[in-house]
Amino acid sequence: MSNLFKLFDVSGSALSAQSVRLNAVASNMANAQTVSGTAEGAYRAQHPIFASVLEGVGANANTHSVQVSGILESTAPPVAEYAPHHPLADPDGYIYKPNVNVVEEMANMISASRSYENNVEVMNTTKQLLLRTLQLGQQ
Amino acid sequence: MSISFDKALGIHAEALQVRSQRLEVLASNLANADTPNYKARDIDFRAALGAAEQGGALKLLRTQNGHLPVNGSGGALQTQYRVPTQPSLDGNTVDPQLEHAAFSQNAVQYQASLDFLNARFRGLRTALKGE
Repeated sequence: MSNLFKLFDVSGSALSAQSVRLNAVASNMANAQTVSGTAEGAYRAQHPIFASVLEGVGANANTHSVQVSGILESTAPPVAEYAPHHPLADPDGYIYKPNVNVVEEMANMISASRSYENNVEVMNTTKQLLLRTLQLGQQ
Repeated sequence: MSISFDKALGIHAEALQVRSQRLEVLASNLANADTPNYKARDIDFRAALGAAEQGGALKLLRTQNGHLPVNGSGGALQTQYRVPTQPSLDGNTVDPQLEHAAFSQNAVQYQASLDFLNARFRGLRTALKGE
C-alpha cells in the first residue's frame, strides 16, 4: 500500500539535510578570515555527511529519506601566513588562517540551494496531487 | 444486472496505485541527489501494472486444493536500478534533471488517471440517477 503522505517525510528530510549543509557553508564562509596564533587553534572547514535511510519495511520499502550522519572537519592543514607584527603571531612570526576554500564553499552553496528548491517543488506537486485526489468523485 | 465497482473502475484504480508508488520512488531519488553511494531506482510501470492487476506483486503459494486463495494487494513493487549516464565520484547515480522530468511526467499521468476515475464515477452517478 502506498501512501503519498510519506513523500512529505522524505522531501522534508532532504530539506533539513540541505539546510544543515547551507548552515555549514555559512559557518565556513563567516570564519574564512578568522586568524589564530596556533595551527591547532585555527578554524577548520565543516562538511556534513549525508546518508540515506530506508523508510518502512516490506511493502513500504520503496522510499529512502536523507539523514545527516555527521559533520566532519576538513583535515587540510591551515594556511600559515608570515605576519611578524600581528598581535597574535607565534614566536616564529606566523599567524594561521582557516583551511576554508571560499570558491569551493560558493559552489557548495549553489548546489545545496538548487537541491533545496528541487525538493520544495516535489512537495508542492505532491500537495496538488493529494488535493486533487481528495476531490475524487465530487465533480 | 448489478453494478460492480471493481469492473466499473477498470484498470484506473490499480494504475493510480502504481503511479503513486512510482512517485514515491522518484521523490526518494530527488531527495537523495547529494547522498554518497545512493543508487537511483525506478519502477517498470508496465510490469508493475501487470502485477497489480493480478492482485499484488506478492502472492501466497497454494500447494494443496484445501488452501484458500488470498486476494488483495501486498508486497513492495520490484524496483530496478537506473543505468547511470554520468556516474559521479562519490558513487551517487542520481541525475536530478532526468529524475525531475520523470517526476513531472508521472505527476501528469497521475492526474490523467484521476480524471479517468472521475469520468467513471460521473458515469455511475448518471446511471444511478437515471436522468
